[in-house]
Amino acid sequence: MTEEFEPKIVAFLCKWCSSAGSDLAGVSRMEYPANVIPIQVMCSGSVSPLYIFEAFNRGADGVLVSGCHPGDCHYIKGNMYARRKLLLVKKLLEHVGLEPQRFRMSWVSAAEGQKYTQVIKELVKELKPLGPQTKLRRERNG
Amino acid sequence: MKKRTGIFICHCGINIAGTVDVKSVAAEMAKEPGVAHSVDYVYMCSDPGQNMIEQAIKDKKLDSVVVACCSPNLHETTFRNAAKRAGINSFKCEIANIREQCSWVHKDKGKATHKAAHLTKSAVKKVQKNESLEPISVPVTRKALVIGGGISGIQSALDLAGAGYKVILVERSPSIGGHMSQLSETFPTLDCSQCILTPKMVEVSRHPNIKLMTYSEVQEVTGYVGNFKVKILKKPTYVDPAKCNLCDECTKVCPIVVPNEFDVGLTGRRAIYIPFPQAIPASYTLDDKNCPDPFTTIACGKCADVCKVKAINYDMKPEIIEEEVGAIIVATGFDLYDKENMAEYGYGKYADVLDGLQFERLCSASGPTQGKILRPSDHKEPKEVVFIQCSGSRDPELHCAYCSKICCMYTAKHAMLYKHHVHDGQAYIFYIDVRSGGKGYEEFVQRAVEEDGVIYLRGKVSKIFEENGKIKVWGVDTLSGKPIEIDADMVVLAQAMRPSNGAQELAKKLKLGTDKDGFLAEAHPKLRPVESVTAGMFLAGAAQAPKDIPEAVAQASGAASKAIGILSQERLYHSPTVAKVLKNLCTGCGMCVAVCPYDAIAFKDGKVEVNEVLCEGCGTCSATCLRAAIQVKNLTQNQVQEMILACLGG
Repeated sequence: MTEEFEPKIVAFLCKWCSSAGSDLAGVSRMEYPANVIPIQVMCSGSVSPLYIFEAFNRGADGVLVSGCHPGDCHYIKGNMYARRKLLLVKKLLEHVGLEPQRFRMSWVSAAEGQKYTQVIKELVKELKPLGPQTKLRRERNG
Repeated sequence: MKKRTGIFICHCGINIAGTVDVKSVAAEMAKEPGVAHSVDYVYMCSDPGQNMIEQAIKDKKLDSVVVACCSPNLHETTFRNAAKRAGINSFKCEIANIREQCSWVHKDKGKATHKAAHLTKSAVKKVQKNESLEPISVPVTRKALVIGGGISGIQSALDLAGAGYKVILVERSPSIGGHMSQLSETFPTLDCSQCILTPKMVEVSRHPNIKLMTYSEVQEVTGYVGNFKVKILKKPTYVDPAKCNLCDECTKVCPIVVPNEFDVGLTGRRAIYIPFPQAIPASYTLDDKNCPDPFTTIACGKCADVCKVKAINYDMKPEIIEEEVGAIIVATGFDLYDKENMAEYGYGKYADVLDGLQFERLCSASGPTQGKILRPSDHKEPKEVVFIQCSGSRDPELHCAYCSKICCMYTAKHAMLYKHHVHDGQAYIFYIDVRSGGKGYEEFVQRAVEEDGVIYLRGKVSKIFEENGKIKVWGVDTLSGKPIEIDADMVVLAQAMRPSNGAQELAKKLKLGTDKDGFLAEAHPKLRPVESVTAGMFLAGAAQAPKDIPEAVAQASGAASKAIGILSQERLYHSPTVAKVLKNLCTGCGMCVAVCPYDAIAFKDGKVEVNEVLCEGCGTCSATCLRAAIQVKNLTQNQVQEMILACLGG
């Protein structure tokens, strides 16, 4: 019996919108797969490209960055910088041959528990057929 | 020195323990490097739970703790305070959210337990590298700004001023009073609106603590709670209120006539005007949007010629006034839903189809007809009037999805007032439901039916058109299932309430959130209904949601008391998790200076430095710096990298 591949995903959630949105998904008891481990950051704008490379180097099969909707940033415009910067990161990752599905950005507000759930479900569903990410993985004791 | 971290896993009854094997998480965490103590307990937030943490910190000489429990939004403060009581710095306590982000959203116990362990481990890695920090203290400017001079803004300003604080009340139109000053009578008491409002308006104008700025708009707000800097544009009125003696000679000679906003277009006014007799400040305004008229380039000068006291000055210029305040109350009110959207009800096409505010003006003793209800088209008394509720409300397909809350009540009032003016007339009300929750409200609606013979028809109106000088109203009575046809003389639409025009732009300037309908968003729908999401800014009145006068006044007083909560402090405390510069790495390239949303980073001696009071700790700078030379305290790149490893390992 072969076990289904379970992708390991790191999600950088901004404190004010997306993390609060994921809290709302919890409060509303919306079920989604347990593959995503969230890391709360202050703002999507604080997500350094290095975090994303680091996650892939450490064996993440997928990375999600989620912030407030453009125009609604708690820090005025941090998510605008995130959008610009992370688009370049996405292109770079694709350029080096990583499947485009593995890195994703989303905008989830504090009121969008449903949307957060949807994003996670879709991401897991898209990553399962790809299998483990080995392209950027740095081999470290297993 | 070896780390000594304590781990406390909460069961939250079965909320967590039902899905997460808390004992195995505690056992697994005990094996982590630097963990000196790892336990689980049924309710960590209970008094015994907190005592357990405090005792363990003391007994086991812990230098940091992780509590794995609900979202940090709920109990982070509780546990940080417990840590502080036990003698360690409150920033040496971190929360792992294993409820909202884990046990409540997963069913598989094995997977949920695995995830909970990763979340906890990630928090352990973070807390072990947290610095001990103390809150940054800043002084408070003990003055408030109230935006909007309707009943809510007036109430907030009076409460603040009465408590001894200086207030700046900014109103964009020439007079305070707002929509309440346009109303004739108010439900459910039928007391005259202006009679109860104008004493408060006068009090505002005479109060030594209130600086009233009418015909002014907030242009820019910077700063933070306790210390906002505000730029206010004072538009020129071209009339010196100190000199004006209200003789009214100027309006008699002014040749320019435009629709009168106060009478909702039912009458005209001159380009130089006083909005209404009781206006505060009592003075005239020369409206430079209409004077000189578009066909001439210079003002005709007639008003200045006739003014005996030389109050008119065409050279008055817009001014920018800068003020510093500690708290801001936003009370920008409402406007009615655009009538152009209600083409199906013939608004704009038929002169005798009015909206609720226009009908108020018709009923009002100070209105265009001195309180006689007459048709705008032919000045005849209407004998049959149809009132349509939910005009634009509760219609998610075409208009606004929400209930505007006050229309059931004011329509009952309108029908009643109509009967009091036209004894032999008949009022019909088309409704979806009658919502009369409120003290004395249900009785009021009953009175309309029983004493004034108002006929309530449950159903929607499908079509309105003019025929033989009558307005034909086609509808259906869904209770009897029969089609209804009324030959009405006048139709009154209870238009939906919308956030006032321009509220959206102001919200952007103040960095306030809005809901899907554009109303200002409160910080919590139940527990923080007068606070905005921005610290130090509060909401009052219909700017937040449709509401009636007593509710608006109550919220205004609530907002004032919240503002007093800030203004009464000597100093405020600001989170110390701000950016810091690693001087040896900084090259002074200035990328961080360019991206900082708060202008909190400045050049100094070839490098940069952070103004800790302005910095909000968003971290945009650190993600921009190519050399990792600027970092947010307690969420450094090194910490995040450790957390990433913790999330993915094992």
